[in-house]
Amino acid sequence: MSGYRLPQGGVVDRARPVSYSWDGRPLLGLAGDTLASALMADGQQVLGRSFKYHRPRGVMSAGPEEGGALVTVGDGPHREPNAKATQVELVHGLTAYGQNAFPNVRFDLGRANDIFERFLAAGFYYKTFMGVGRGTRAWMLFERFIRKAAGMGSASREADPARYDVVNDYCDLLVIGAGPAGIAAAEMATSHGLDVMLVEQDFALGGSLIGSAESVEGKSAAGWLGERVAGLKGARVLTRTTAFGLYDSNVVGLYEKVTDHLPAPDPSLPRGNLRCVRPARVILATGAIERPVAFGNNDRPGVMLSRAMSTYVNRFGVAPGKRAVVCGNGDSVYADALALAMAGVQTTLLDAREAPSHELVEAAVAAGIEVHVGRLPIEIRGWNRVRGLMVGRFERDGHARPEREVACDCVGVSGGWSPAVHLLSHRGNRPIWNAEMACFLPGVLHDGVAVAGAVAGNWATGDCITAGRAAASDVVEALTGSRPRAVKAPDPGGWANPLKPLWEVKVRRRRLKSFVDPQHDVTTADVQLAVREGYVSPEHMKRYTTLGMATDQGKVGNVIGLALLADALDQTIPQTGITTFRPPYTPIPIAAFAGRARGAHYAPVRETPMHKVQDDAGARWTDVGFWKRAWYHPAHAGEALDEAYVREARCVRENVGMVDVTTLGKIQVQGPDAAEFLNRVYVNGFAKLPVMKCRYGVMLRDDGMVLDDGVTWRFGENDFMTTTTTAHAATVIAYFENLLQTRWPELRVNVASVSDQWGAVAVAGPNARKAVQAALAEGDISNEGLPFMGVIEAVLKVAGGEIPVLIARLSFSGELAYEVYARSGHSPAMWEALLARVRALGGSAYGTEALGALRIEKGHVTAAELDGRVTLEDAGLGKLASTKKHFVGNVLRKRPDLTRDDRPQLAHFHPVTEGESFSVGAIVCESGKVEGHGIGWITGVTASPALRCSCLGIGFVQGGYEAWEGREVVLADPVRGYAVKARVASPHQYDPKGERMHG
Amino acid sequence: MLRIPCPFCGPRDHAEFSYEGDATVAYPPLDASREDWFEAVFLRANPCGAHREMWHHVQGCRAFVVVERDTLTHEIKGARLAHRPTAEAIQ
Repeated sequence: MSGYRLPQGGVVDRARPVSYSWDGRPLLGLAGDTLASALMADGQQVLGRSFKYHRPRGVMSAGPEEGGALVTVGDGPHREPNAKATQVELVHGLTAYGQNAFPNVRFDLGRANDIFERFLAAGFYYKTFMGVGRGTRAWMLFERFIRKAAGMGSASREADPARYDVVNDYCDLLVIGAGPAGIAAAEMATSHGLDVMLVEQDFALGGSLIGSAESVEGKSAAGWLGERVAGLKGARVLTRTTAFGLYDSNVVGLYEKVTDHLPAPDPSLPRGNLRCVRPARVILATGAIERPVAFGNNDRPGVMLSRAMSTYVNRFGVAPGKRAVVCGNGDSVYADALALAMAGVQTTLLDAREAPSHELVEAAVAAGIEVHVGRLPIEIRGWNRVRGLMVGRFERDGHARPEREVACDCVGVSGGWSPAVHLLSHRGNRPIWNAEMACFLPGVLHDGVAVAGAVAGNWATGDCITAGRAAASDVVEALTGSRPRAVKAPDPGGWANPLKPLWEVKVRRRRLKSFVDPQHDVTTADVQLAVREGYVSPEHMKRYTTLGMATDQGKVGNVIGLALLADALDQTIPQTGITTFRPPYTPIPIAAFAGRARGAHYAPVRETPMHKVQDDAGARWTDVGFWKRAWYHPAHAGEALDEAYVREARCVRENVGMVDVTTLGKIQVQGPDAAEFLNRVYVNGFAKLPVMKCRYGVMLRDDGMVLDDGVTWRFGENDFMTTTTTAHAATVIAYFENLLQTRWPELRVNVASVSDQWGAVAVAGPNARKAVQAALAEGDISNEGLPFMGVIEAVLKVAGGEIPVLIARLSFSGELAYEVYARSGHSPAMWEALLARVRALGGSAYGTEALGALRIEKGHVTAAELDGRVTLEDAGLGKLASTKKHFVGNVLRKRPDLTRDDRPQLAHFHPVTEGESFSVGAIVCESGKVEGHGIGWITGVTASPALRCSCLGIGFVQGGYEAWEGREVVLADPVRGYAVKARVASPHQYDPKGERMHG
Repeated sequence: MLRIPCPFCGPRDHAEFSYEGDATVAYPPLDASREDWFEAVFLRANPCGAHREMWHHVQGCRAFVVVERDTLTHEIKGARLAHRPTAEAIQ
């Protein structure tokens, strides 16, 4: 037990205890605590076990860079692994657990891994077990144990029960980070009338000033913060909100925790908001992250970053121990040591520099701190806790010579500061190495992005505030045209004496276990091993050692690893390069990206206006893209699909049936040049299509492949309606718009989608005329009144009145058929009126399965055949192409490879043995050559009542049916595991002359 | 997320648009030679730097927009309507 709550100090609320549990034991913390500070106050030291070696780990930081105190929070489906205890806000009823340990983090059997460390170095997974025995049962056994032993917490396997929202935000200025620089920037921009958002990942504003004893612009830190925050009234200030990514056009991704800190949240609130912000300007005031130094056993519980120590004292009123050693290589550790000393902790300070500033040393000594200059930490004594620190000094060759052991129970370390340039890295801004301050500073910035404060290398609070105001002044000037006042951004710097770069403390003839990335158990030896094995680029070293690939993404370890790599290669750091930080800055729940687009809201559902009337009558539904289409209409409750669709198809052939065809795309094409436009788009002629007639047409892409087919109706000289396949409705109208706007701007044509304006029903079968005519109040659909491909306006009798309809005589099924169109709102009444007449004749409604059966029998193509790889000839439509005009695709469709005779062409397929069957997707192969891509494929299969067979396929075969007539092919389906002998036939077996639909 | 300045709608997320290819391609007349068509349909430069792209504001005003974008930095310098007569009319 080494940490404890101080009798006073901190900004925690000592009057408000908060109960929570750790590994099942009830504990008390205070409002304002994090889980880390509460556990530290309770004296809990071992909070986690390391990834590979199962070494005991404790709190190492006070922020998102935490690599030691990784815990699991919550229970059941709410369980969240790998939470950083330093970022978990303490809340009543919080349950947290140690992870990656058995039976628990304080006594873990996995610690044996540490003894076998020699075999578990970087890349061990690929080497140790990849020689003899690989692929054997022994290897499989090893692998299972390794996988189980290595790792972090385990996620819940249940669906995330929480709800998340995706929010779109806009503002003039987004300030990221609410430390002194960010607050100063946001306040200034707000006071000049800008719409400002200020976001802070912490639950409190102030950053380094929270609980700080320093005086700021003549006031206490708390007083200064209070005044500034009061000036932010007009701004949108979001705490618990992390800017996780900076993207193109300066779009910023935020994740806002909404309810995690509430003991009993309002159930109407989402757990978190994923905010996509489009700011006009961004100021990054993201601060800097302290980094440690690699020395022996620097991962022991009780070793932490120097600034983390003073943060626990100042902000949380928690001391990390009774006897502290603070080790550093720059000025910043003096303030930390002072904070500890003021809190009554016996403090020793080791400064790696030989000659630090006199004032700093004197102030420290005056506060009772023992200061040793030119001294280094070499190795920690102790296993589950710190018992002492071996201290030494540099020898000439850069190694350290041990001098004496200092008894202590906690050690603070600082190896310098790394500006948090992560978001800039997301935009591809390479940071620039500053040798004097031993850190990467932001490089060239994109327009609209500025940096202020420690992220830009301003180390003094006063400089940070000035930098924030200067950056805000630039934004105000850019957006309003007037500059508020002359504020000049300070140059980077702010330390009395420069830092002495220090990455690793090495001792001659002794191997220290010195961690670079504690979260992934990467040691200095691993980095050196990577170099010896040839992984000399930072990107390769990173992947080989996994340095920086844990949940902290290298916030503390990356720069040290890079420096060690440079050292091993005898290069400078700029020569060695840097890895790229990628979003997210900290882990974000994946469910937050989905927001409400889950389950039924994952994709839109489109229903035709006749959905309800069909559904009420018991229709079964199938998905066609976003559409729900009636699959079949059971005649009685027990009728199954296979029975129903054959009955429905037979009914159409022998009597009459009707089907909802509303899902077809419908495009109104209007204007003086509409006919000319259609004539260019379709392969067949449309210029001379008479008014109140319709015509089937096919259109190609520029490359000569079939794009789509459909029927176009002409209502007037300048007024057409083109129908498309259901699948290509959106593609075709976009294609029309493309041609009209980019290629033929001279054509006076307007196109508009009217797909949702019309409901459409096809009535088909020998009795179709009788059924439709009986339903009409006005309109003659006799062969003379409405010849094949004619269009009329008519009036339909419906329950309670009459409605206007359009009727075209056209056929997809091959039977005598009419398509009846009514306004969407009228179409349920149309469905019921027509269905009554169809039923009166003994007919029935039919669904997409019967529709498919009818079109396969007839050899009509759909989007299943027109898949973008098919030419007119392949689809058997070559005769349509006009030779008297130019149309899109006409040039390239004549490419030699597209005019070969042996291209796959449309055909029918029958199993040789009655009773055998095959499925869509089967590969057509030559007999005896079931291999490779075969010679064709199957696109549709049905039972065919009209052709009296239980299995009829449509698809493509090389050379077409003529080449294979009388020969057997094999339909192979290696996925489903069968091969069926089949014969090939003409796709136009049923009513080849089309007499039925002309009747 | 790229922000595309649509001449009708103002700056909008690129998610509202669909990419429609290289706007520097001049498509030949329908009766042009096979070589001309082959070049227009299949041959594309892969420029590093300033480029003109066609974007369709498919979830907005449905205008085809010529966007000047830097393929290296993703910076968008400007956008104009592809339909010249309309572009001139609204000037």
